[in-house]
Amino acid sequence: MAQHQVKFGNGLPVALTTVDKIVNWGRSNSLWALTYGLACCGIEMMASGASRYDFDRFGTIFRASPRQAEVMVIAGTLTKKHAEFIRRLYDQMAEPKWVISMGSCANTGGMFNTYSIVQGADRVIPVDLYLPGCAPRPETLQYAVMMLQKKIRREPANRNRNIPQKRFI
Amino acid sequence: MSMREYKPKDNVQARAYYTDRFYVAPQLSKLSPNSDEIYNLDVIKLKENFEILDAYIQKDELVIYINSFDNLKILKFLRDDLTYGFLMEMSAVDFLAKRDGFEIFYEMLSQVKRKRIRVKTFLKKGLTIETVENLFRSANFAEREMFDMFGIQVNNHSFLKRIMMPDDWHGNPLLKTYPLQGDESAQWYEVDKIFGKDAREIIGPEIRDSARVDRYDTERFSRLGHEVSKGTDIYKSEPSNTAVQFQEKGGVFLIKNLNKPQKILTEKERRDR
Repeated sequence: MAQHQVKFGNGLPVALTTVDKIVNWGRSNSLWALTYGLACCGIEMMASGASRYDFDRFGTIFRASPRQAEVMVIAGTLTKKHAEFIRRLYDQMAEPKWVISMGSCANTGGMFNTYSIVQGADRVIPVDLYLPGCAPRPETLQYAVMMLQKKIRREPANRNRNIPQKRFI
Repeated sequence: MSMREYKPKDNVQARAYYTDRFYVAPQLSKLSPNSDEIYNLDVIKLKENFEILDAYIQKDELVIYINSFDNLKILKFLRDDLTYGFLMEMSAVDFLAKRDGFEIFYEMLSQVKRKRIRVKTFLKKGLTIETVENLFRSANFAEREMFDMFGIQVNNHSFLKRIMMPDDWHGNPLLKTYPLQGDESAQWYEVDKIFGKDAREIIGPEIRDSARVDRYDTERFSRLGHEVSKGTDIYKSEPSNTAVQFQEKGGVFLIKNLNKPQKILTEKERRDR
């Protein structure tokens, strides 16, 4: 994070950085996720939060309220009956917010090529990260969260979804 | 038991999974109800009180056909007098094309006799059936499901409302005429409801091919061979292939790139694999 370290005499070292970097450092290391277990992927998501895979290490704490959450992990099959509510919960989340679409069902509808399943959660809400697998193992979800952290760190801190941002690798 | 008929498997993946869509499964043999002592007594008692259109034993289970207006009385009789005190399941079967109506079945269990009875009745399209909710509490949800999935009206039901599909859903999904991937209102349901009908053009139709890859969509698909950053517009200027690089080539000690020439299999070799 720190770009320069300056040491004054015998005092404490001072770290110099940019506002973007320190804001993104804070954001990316405290990704509070909205519990959104819709189907069997939800079990894997719960396992990721439990002791063996321990998401708390990443600062990812599952919250039951959209107002306390930054990232929505859509874990499971999104039915058309439920699409309205996922959109409402997404709208209730405070900016900045991100969405991980976890598993085949949330990505494309998966094997449920039927009348009642939304064919990809991105028809309803914007998705930042698509996580393949059926169901993805907790390691995969961990990797997705790490990728999302990377993504957050390279974005400007005052990002606004309505203004197209220049993207950096 | 004979072996399953052999079918060539050359393009088994390409063919539709269900080839014979209108295959009618062969029926198991139907035995007379007097071949079982307990069932025989039950049928005799039923026939004394009600009109029983047909009765037979199929796969060790008694099946009786009744008139649809008798259902409440017969189920009450089965429950109170013949100890069939458990409604395991009830629903309907769509026979609209063949017989212009539905077959409604009630699966009953007697824990005293350790026997099951299937009560079936035929309901012409447009007719209604009396609720059995007051006899069996479980019928409440089952009848709501029947109403939801088939559109069968149930008389005197306490809360006849869709149970699985949303209230503003159009159509009854378990009808055989209902398309598997939904009619138009189903396909646009979530878009219409959340964003309004005007958003249809922006969002576009559903992509039903889950194996679809759009090579120009760099938002959602990464490209193998020549990677570009996410969101790059490559419609006009598609980057040429970048050469594949191996780290072994840069002089990793003792490790060499296995340069095995790729062989293109002939059609026969591929099939024999």
